[in-house]
Amino acid sequence: MTLGTRRHGRGRFGALLGAALATAGMFAAPPATAKTELTMYYPVAVGGPLTKIVDGLVADFMAENPDITVKAIYAGNYNDARIKALAALKAGEPAQLSVMFAIDVFELIEQDAIVPFDDLVGAEGRAWLDSFYPALMANSRALGKTWGIPFQRSTIVMYYNKDAFREAGLDPEKPPQTWDELVAMGKQLTKRNGDQVERWGIMIPSTGYPYWMFQALAIQNGQELMNAEGNETYFDAPATVEALEFWVAMGRDYGIMPEGTIEWGTLRQNFLEGKTAIMWHSTGNLTAVKNNAKFDFGVAMLPANKRRGSPTGGGNFYIFKQTTPEEKQAALRLIRYLTSPEKTAEWSIKTGYIATRPDAYETPALKAYIEEFPYAAVARDQLAFSVAELSTYQTGRVRKALDDAIQAALTGAKTPEAALADAQKLADRVLRRYR
Amino acid sequence: MRASRHLHHVYGWLLLTPAAILLLSFTHYPTVATIWQSFFSTGTALRPSSFVGLDNYRFMLEDEIFWKVVGNNLLFAAGTIPASIALALLMAVWVNGRLPGRALVRMAYFTPTVLPMIAVANIWLFFYTPEIGLLDQILRAFDLPTRNWLGDPDTVLWCIVVLAVWKEAGFFMIFYLAALQALPPELEEAARLEGASRAYYFRRVVFPLLMPTTLFVLVNAVINSFKLVDQLFILTKGGPDNASSLLLYYIYEVAFSFFDDSYAATLTVVLLAALALISLGQFLFLDRRIHYR
Repeated sequence: MTLGTRRHGRGRFGALLGAALATAGMFAAPPATAKTELTMYYPVAVGGPLTKIVDGLVADFMAENPDITVKAIYAGNYNDARIKALAALKAGEPAQLSVMFAIDVFELIEQDAIVPFDDLVGAEGRAWLDSFYPALMANSRALGKTWGIPFQRSTIVMYYNKDAFREAGLDPEKPPQTWDELVAMGKQLTKRNGDQVERWGIMIPSTGYPYWMFQALAIQNGQELMNAEGNETYFDAPATVEALEFWVAMGRDYGIMPEGTIEWGTLRQNFLEGKTAIMWHSTGNLTAVKNNAKFDFGVAMLPANKRRGSPTGGGNFYIFKQTTPEEKQAALRLIRYLTSPEKTAEWSIKTGYIATRPDAYETPALKAYIEEFPYAAVARDQLAFSVAELSTYQTGRVRKALDDAIQAALTGAKTPEAALADAQKLADRVLRRYR
Repeated sequence: MRASRHLHHVYGWLLLTPAAILLLSFTHYPTVATIWQSFFSTGTALRPSSFVGLDNYRFMLEDEIFWKVVGNNLLFAAGTIPASIALALLMAVWVNGRLPGRALVRMAYFTPTVLPMIAVANIWLFFYTPEIGLLDQILRAFDLPTRNWLGDPDTVLWCIVVLAVWKEAGFFMIFYLAALQALPPELEEAARLEGASRAYYFRRVVFPLLMPTTLFVLVNAVINSFKLVDQLFILTKGGPDNASSLLLYYIYEVAFSFFDDSYAATLTVVLLAALALISLGQFLFLDRRIHYR
């Protein structure tokens, strides 16, 4: 049983720890019944004490299910979590389940790493699969099956500084609803002192997950970026180019956003220090912003151009193929526990992530929370306008092609049209064999 | 007689075995396996790997990002190697003299070396952050224009270079300091008696005697300029648009973000070949000019 610790793949320290625990294990009394051990990797991509929250939820589960032991291992950001999970798999010591990027689904299927939930849940479980918001399931379904269960899911929302709105003579209860209003208000909100900008109108992060922010702009301009089969992209469509032109123009032409790229990781700090009046960021940051903002702030849906829209984002639960039937059922029990209405509500309150199912919003805890803090419902309301996040075969490469194009355009190295044409060419090259 | 000599041989080989096993399994075998794999396509569970000859190398030559990161890496090497060695030598000479609080200054110079790169990069991230970062705050205090340091392709690579020099110079300083302390004091006394100026003494006596150390430091600096990529994970992820990406970081991306093991192997072979050539050149050409005692 103590061998389970080796599964973490933490190298030297993992091995040392394993040895230490093995020694300790010799003196421990053998358990009365066979326990099922589960190892779960999970990523954290936003601020706040998320690891503590996950540990708390898992501890609650083990208290109620004494026959299952769960080791929840924080595995870095989304990329790191996927790398660790797949590396462990290749080494023949896989975790049984993991939270990974919802958009890794095609990659995981191609690696033959995961099992579809349809085969595990039985007849009664099909209703469970249908209990989540359909928009959140869009990235889970592929090849006619369900491969992922929504957990830490988000949309992009617009955080704005109400004090800055008041100072600029704007109504703090009326955030921009359209691109035109965003530009007009952005100009009023940008505060200059000679050549220096003391406060920018808006910041949209363009490192870390640039494709995600860009997808929101593209959808608002009425353009999807890929097909549901994950083997075609529309990076060079005219509406896509227009969307990138608008992003570039916010810095270059309208002067409401800094030129160059904007760092994902430090943007929240910029917003909290009043250096930008508006930021677009994951709703997963909501609780952290709420706890740290020293000014009056608001949260709104993203503005519309041809339509409203944001991609969904975040992580799903996956169950790995190389597990015993008992482990699969134990993993399923853990997932069903963590996605129950009450636990989902608790998770949503503590982080700001969307509660993944409508009935969670009927629980007394979440109802009371939204009563007191209505902004907690913005991301949910925006689900009505949400689409699946960019996800294709060879998703790492395709995503990087788009990320590079966005950054090339924002830094002025290429025109939006040329940059996106290059990205499309590269995406076509790697996706051709999946058509 | 013959039997005892035979035994002697066995004894020698036995002593070598542990090191040989480690070298074989962790250096030579992976090297050969990497070269071997670079001739195959990447297999997935659904598409098994197959022999493709030089296809991966052909793909590499057409890969714009590859050429971009090679160019970046050369700039990075040109920026870090001379600067960090010069700074290390300067610091070593400085803290070798009799100055008050010498131990404290030495420790201060060495601190960047002992700090973990990831932690350091997180601190530097907030130095470089526009508007609220330390650098911009200083510039603002003097009414100078601020910049988006890491978001601008013209500045991002140099930001990485500065961090690397800061991180490395203290480490190289230790070697120079040790070498300086090993210099016999008679040399300096003799030079003074002969009326040589301090600059002349340094140029004609100290510097030549430090050459073995300089070669060692140079080899390390060159290797580090290809090896040091931890900071990219925190600071830029190679962006914007690969402007700060280095060869090893790109290999990591190809291997672990794209899961294209074979192409990553191909790039690794190129990196290995380049490093082997450089080291060979350094030993062959510089060795002759170095005065060993």
